[in-house]
Amino acid sequence: MTRLYGAKGWIALGLAALLIAVLPLYLSSYWVTLLGKIMCYAIVAIAMDLIWGYCGILSLGHGLFFALGGYAMGMYLMRQIGREGQYQSDLPDFMVFLDWKQLPWQWWNTDQFWWAMLLVVAVPGLLALVFGYFAFRSRVKGVYFSIITQALTFAAMLLFFRNATGFGGNNGFTDFKRILGFTITSPETRAALFAVTGAVLIGTLLLARWIVTSKLGRVLTAIRDAETRAAFCGYDTVHYKVAVFTLSAVICGIAGALYVPQVGIINPSEMSPANSIEIAIWVALGGRGTLIGPILGAGVVNGAKSFFTQAFPEYWLYFLGLIFILATLFLPRGIAGFAQRLKARRA
Amino acid sequence: MSAVAVNESGLLGRLSTGGLDTTHGAVLYLEEISVSFEGFRALNQLSLSIDVGELRCVIGPNGAGKTTMMDVITGKTQPDAGTAFFGQTIDLTKLTEAEIAHAGIGRKFQKPTIFEQHTVFANLELAMKADKRVRRTLLAKLDSAERDRIAETLRLIRLQDAADRIAGLLSHGQKQWLEIGMLLMQEPKLLLLDEPVAGMSDEETERTAELFLSLAGKHSLVVVEHDMAFIERIARKVTVLHEGSVLAEGPMAQVQADPRVIEVYLGR
Repeated sequence: MTRLYGAKGWIALGLAALLIAVLPLYLSSYWVTLLGKIMCYAIVAIAMDLIWGYCGILSLGHGLFFALGGYAMGMYLMRQIGREGQYQSDLPDFMVFLDWKQLPWQWWNTDQFWWAMLLVVAVPGLLALVFGYFAFRSRVKGVYFSIITQALTFAAMLLFFRNATGFGGNNGFTDFKRILGFTITSPETRAALFAVTGAVLIGTLLLARWIVTSKLGRVLTAIRDAETRAAFCGYDTVHYKVAVFTLSAVICGIAGALYVPQVGIINPSEMSPANSIEIAIWVALGGRGTLIGPILGAGVVNGAKSFFTQAFPEYWLYFLGLIFILATLFLPRGIAGFAQRLKARRA
Repeated sequence: MSAVAVNESGLLGRLSTGGLDTTHGAVLYLEEISVSFEGFRALNQLSLSIDVGELRCVIGPNGAGKTTMMDVITGKTQPDAGTAFFGQTIDLTKLTEAEIAHAGIGRKFQKPTIFEQHTVFANLELAMKADKRVRRTLLAKLDSAERDRIAETLRLIRLQDAADRIAGLLSHGQKQWLEIGMLLMQEPKLLLLDEPVAGMSDEETERTAELFLSLAGKHSLVVVEHDMAFIERIARKVTVLHEGSVLAEGPMAQVQADPRVIEVYLGR
């Protein structure tokens, strides 16, 4: 316990948990959805910090893992619609529209919640495991790894755009009705989803904190700073990188699965290369290797995004570019690094 | 996750059970090793053997192949031809860097290579001989015997007062010492030291010489150095490399008097 956080830290976490529990009672559904969405992004930011901040591997394909978790959940939500779709068929509407007579194999058992949850973690996890193993074993490093992960998410996006892939093509999934039998748009369901997301966020933070304060965490940092030395110390760096990459992907998958029922849609644009780059921006702005920083980074960028895209929609991308440049110039270690420096100056 | 790459040799990560067979008195045999880089022969049928407990100095002009030799021994470079055995039975050309480290070979690089963001203590902790597989490392906790070992090494490398300092803030000489300390934490049977006293003050160099002399016997050491005064101070047997193979081998005085060695060092 004390290894993870001091007394102040635990109190802050407790207050955050309390806030997450009561907030939905006082906020409009717009705010509940927005904050719930941002918490999903914050979970992704922690996953990104684990691999980039602590292990020095800049993956620019994390949006893919997030989307895959979202699609797995989306399949279950599509099956929950039952015969209430426009065509009143057992099949999801888009399949009727494409004149399909039966569910394709990917949809097997997806009406079962537990199976969908299994897919949420297994699909991103297995993809990261296999992809990471071959990439790291071939000693693909640095910017080359970033580029191939961008290519991976781009390729997946093109694949998911195709109707034949069986996931609704460029429209993806939407018009969800129920989750576990509860009406998905009801305030109670929204509050519950919000609370579950908050719990997963805090759980992910504690898990990540537990890892980075363990000897494993020190090995990850050692690999980041002097990989050859780590190998000559007897650590098989490929295993470590594959492990952290896979864990990071699984966390992204879970975040995606929480995201989809709250925003009510998933489509291939979630896999666009720009989304993955944005994840890196949250982490860089918040402060790499701090865990708390990336959570703040995800909050600040997405808070600003929802404000700008409503107030001045044309200027959002300029503004995003501007924060990135300003953060690089004036906050090289991010918000968290800046806060630490202020604290050190006062002490 | 460790199921991804099941390791055939079974050496990886697990504590080595001391399977090194040195019944013939030698800890390392290199036989007719050749390495070429795009036509350049870095090693040319190099043969060398190191005895158990020996302190061997390897000298030679730049480009003689000293570092490449270390790369071959530690699995960083695959030889084009030849064999490299650790003890009687361990074929080094078939193992990865991490497996070779577990088998009992520690290497110090030319440029001090330590974990700069970690404390001195954590550097030694990470280097310490242990089960280094992912899951074990996640759950690892230091016991008091391990703390004692770290404290002992800290004393040996004279960094006991700097245990909690960030390693990147140490002086160059201290970094060299920390790296040597990290090697010792691995409890290697063979230590490869590439220019260990580069950038050290005279006093630090002298202390390093004392340390190496005290380590010989317990460990086997191969020291590559350019500092001739240091070599003279510690040398028992010296190997001179030239253009990728052994030019001369023997006691320091004999090697220094060898006309071929003088030719190589002074003739150009």
